[in-house]
Order: sequence, then structure tokens, then C-alpha cells
Amino acid sequence: MLSYALRRIVIVVITLLAASVVVFAVLEIVPGDPARLMLGINATDDAVAALRQQMGLDQPLVLRYFAWIGGMLSGDFGRSYTYSVPVIDLIRERLVVSLPLALMALALSTAIAIPVGVFSAARRGTAADTGVMAATQLGIAIPNFWFAILLVYVFAIALRLVPAGGFPGWEAGIGKALAALILPAIALALPQAAILARVTRSALLDVLGEDYIRTARAKGLPARLVLRRHALRNALIPVLTILGLQFAFLLAGTIIIENVFYLPGLGRLGFQAITQRDLIVVESVVVLLVATVVIVNFLVDLAYAWADPRLRRR
Amino acid sequence: MAGELIATEHEDWRHFVGKALRNRSFMAGALITVLVVAVALVSFVWTPYDVTKLIIADRLQAPSGAHWFGTDHFGRDILSMIMVGSRNSIAVALIAVGIGIAIGVPLGTLAAAKRGALDEILMRASDIVFAFPALLSAVMITAIFGPGAVNAVIAIGIFNIPVFARVARGGALALWPREFVLAARASGKRAGLITVQHILPNIANLLVVQGTIQFSLGILAEAGLSYVGLGTQPPAPSWGRMLFEAQTMMAIAPHMAIVPGVAIIVTVLGLNLLGDGLRDVLDPRLRRQR
Repeated sequence: MLSYALRRIVIVVITLLAASVVVFAVLEIVPGDPARLMLGINATDDAVAALRQQMGLDQPLVLRYFAWIGGMLSGDFGRSYTYSVPVIDLIRERLVVSLPLALMALALSTAIAIPVGVFSAARRGTAADTGVMAATQLGIAIPNFWFAILLVYVFAIALRLVPAGGFPGWEAGIGKALAALILPAIALALPQAAILARVTRSALLDVLGEDYIRTARAKGLPARLVLRRHALRNALIPVLTILGLQFAFLLAGTIIIENVFYLPGLGRLGFQAITQRDLIVVESVVVLLVATVVIVNFLVDLAYAWADPRLRRR
Repeated sequence: MAGELIATEHEDWRHFVGKALRNRSFMAGALITVLVVAVALVSFVWTPYDVTKLIIADRLQAPSGAHWFGTDHFGRDILSMIMVGSRNSIAVALIAVGIGIAIGVPLGTLAAAKRGALDEILMRASDIVFAFPALLSAVMITAIFGPGAVNAVIAIGIFNIPVFARVARGGALALWPREFVLAARASGKRAGLITVQHILPNIANLLVVQGTIQFSLGILAEAGLSYVGLGTQPPAPSWGRMLFEAQTMMAIAPHMAIVPGVAIIVTVLGLNLLGDGLRDVLDPRLRRQR
């Protein structure tokens, strides 16, 4: 188990390093000088050169890469060109919106998808199963930002139940903050729930064909108990993989949803930073999200290997 | 050996048509997809109204006999815009799939044929691409290289490459130990020739199925990019852009948002059903109880 974990950690580190090089390289070829962009078109060449020096932009590429990576590892993400504050503060400020949003969406999607998947699997081939599967096909095809626009129309404009956008901050009270996050969370959760319900159903049907299920049934255990205790528990492995992938997807998927609802989250920060050429912020946000994807996947793999020793040899 | 294979392929073809006609998912998906493509093609020669003409007096009309899907805030006919917009969506998604196949399949089959260090490097590289949140990265690429349909194609296409590389590699790896491939090797054929003559025709099924899935994801991605202003640029109509413009008009003209959304859903649904149907029809071994 330990050697498996160590091998995986080496792969995680290499992946992260390679990803950071890619991000850095891509953003280095961006047209436009950040220093000139900050000072405006009327700035003198001397002023731009001075700022470039101050920002470290006159250093060789390789040195700047190592300075950036070294800084990130010690928690210093650099200073934003446009906001003139440490990037880490910006990210922390935005994470308190995006992280609860992603977690809410994940919880909602799981709460809907698993019961629906179990319901459908238990009624395989019936009209109810066909109906549920048709609904999930529809759920997958719906663009989440379109669904978000409709939610705003119904619940914020027509019924006036929740705000149409913006975020009051947690200091305005948990109720108000959650009310601002509920529609975006539903919009994010719906397509994910559709996918997850299909995976749950498919995984359960695979497990229901196994010998030990037949044995459990032959012992005379009630169908419901067989489904819950024997089948569902084993079917959760593929479901867990998808959940792991979805968490990272939700965190990054907020980029468009946060734009629909004008939420000051990580996705919107990344989006604005891209359009303002605030490269240091873009680099940090992308690397942070990549790290989340890689680490969540690593943890899911580790959980598998712990649960199923056969997987450790791979 | 080769003769036998060709004979079974012919039988397969008749068998395939029969199975396809009986498969509800395939038929529904194929019907919708053909319809959407037909609408896009018709838009080149005819649309009910000219989408470049702004008639302010007719703005924000609800659906009626004259304008089946109503008009937008510039008085443009929404049906005509949907028709012209479908070209962009289809072109962007289709070319992005083409990029994925053109680069991913050679890489994947090469990895399967050579194995060893090359295989390991290519697969680790694809892991790295997979680690990037696709949408955020597509936003980054289009924002850096300039918004527009061409850069949207590239941004979406890049993420299709590892997908097709994986599928091609997986399919090819399963074929290399098979007898007909061994026979070809024994007859002295080189790996490249074997890949073209024996591997590719046998993984075409997998690639077609994956192609429809990536096509539908591409439609959604293009809509998302256009919605945030990084995809197809005005005045060319695009479904995502139409949704963005509809958002501020939601209270007075909800049809402006509903129609493009339904167009996206119908197209994606059609492609997904087609993909599911094709998978069942082309390769029963792949059939998952979904």
C-alpha cells in the first residue's frame, strides 16, 4: 500500500510540475506587456522599464519560472497587476464563494442522483426506468448557463423568492449568503446529477449480475436489503470516481455560472484576470484548479486501493 | 484470413442496417441530427428573413404567424438567426472533432504499436491535458489568442486530442494480440501498415461513437464560449451569443432565451441519442446497461 501511494505521489508531483510549465509557457507568449498595460498608453518608456524591473519582468524566463513556483510553494502567489494586492488574498476572498458553491452543487447532485439511480436500477426495463433515463438524457443536454437564466427568470424575476445575482458576503448572514448561492448551485448540479444518476444505475446493474447477489437472494434476503446492503455498497466505487471528477469540474465550471449570477468567485476572478491580462492571477487560478483536479483524483485512487487491494498492483 | 474478414464485413453491413432500423435511440438521434444538419444547409440558400437587417419597429415581438419564434431587440427574426447560428455551432464542433481525430488517433495507435517509453510518455501527457479544467482553459486560450470562431475551434479541439488518443490506444491494444494481426506480422508487414490495414478499420466503430459524444460536447462548449463573448463574434448569429443578449431581456421577452436554449438542447440530445444508438448497433460488446 505504501509503495503504491509513493508511486502515485511521484506521478502527481510530475503532473503538477508539467502542468505548471505549460501554464507558464502559454502565458509567456501572450501578446501585450503587463507593465505597459498597467501604466496605460501614455506612459513613458522609462516608467515602463522601471515597472518591468520592479515586477521582475526583466529577469530571464527560467529564473522567473522558479521564482514563481518557489513562491507558490511557500504560499506567496505574487501580487496582482490590476488589484495591487497579494494574489493569495484575492484567491482566499473568492474561494469563500466558489468552494461553498461547488460543495452545495455536489451535495445537491449526489442527493438527487443516487436515489434516482437506485430507483431506476431496481425497476430496470419498466416504464418508470425508461422515463427516468429519458429525463437524464435531457438533463445532460441542457447547457447549465441556459438553465441558470431560466431559474433567474422563474425564481428571481417572476416569483421574487431569491436575488437574481450578486453576493452579499457571509457577513450579511448565513441565510442571505445561502439564498444568493442556491440558484447557481441548482444550475450547476442538474447536469451533474443527470450524469451521476446514469452512472449509479449502470454500476448497480453491473453489480446486480454478480454471483454474491444471487447468493444473497437465494438466502432469502428481501430484495430491498440486498439492494442496499450488498449491491449499492459495491456499486459506489465507480460513483465515487465520477464524484471526484465532478468536484473539480464544479469548481472550474463555475466560470460561466458565476458570470450569469455576477458572483465574485474564483471562476469570475479567473475570467476577469484573463480579459485584463492580469497574468499572475490567471497562472495562480489555473494552477490551483489543476492541483485540485490532480489531488482529488489521487485521493480517490488511494481510497480505491485501500478498499480493493487488487488495484494496487496496477 | 483477409478474405474471411472482408466477407464478414459485408454481412456485418446488412446486419448493421437491420439492427440500426430497430434501435429506437439510433433512429431518434439520427432523425434529429439529420434535421439539424438540413436546417444548417438550408440556411445557406434560404432563411425566412435576412439576419443582417435590423428592423427596430418589429423589435421584441412574441412568436406569431409572421415570426414563428418572435423577434429580438433589433427586430431580427429569431428563426432565421437560429438557422444561421446552427452553421457556426456545427462547424466549430465538427472541426474540433476533426482536430481530435487527426492528431489523437495517430498518437494513440502509435502508442499501442510501439508500447514502452513512448506509450508511457504519450499517456502521461494526456493525463496532464486531462488535469486542466477544459472550459477554463478554453476561455484562457480564446482570450489570449483573441475571441472568435477559429480560436474556439482550436481551444475545443485541443481537449479532443487526448480523448481520441485514449480511445484509439485502448482499441488498438486489444487488437494487437489477435490472430489476424499476428498473421499480418508473421507475413512481414510493418507496424504502420498493419495499423492502417487492420487496426484502423477495426477501431473505426469506437471512433465514430466517441466522435458523436465529442461533437455534442463541442456544441455545448461553443455555446458556452460564445455566451461569455469569446466564441463566434457578432454580427454572425450564434446560439450562445443569442442567450447572452436574451439575458437582459428576460423579463420582457423570455422567448429570446427559450428558443436558442431549446435549439442547443435538441441538437445535443440528438447527438447523444445517436451516439448511444451507434454504440449498441456497432458493437454489442460495448453495450452498457445505461
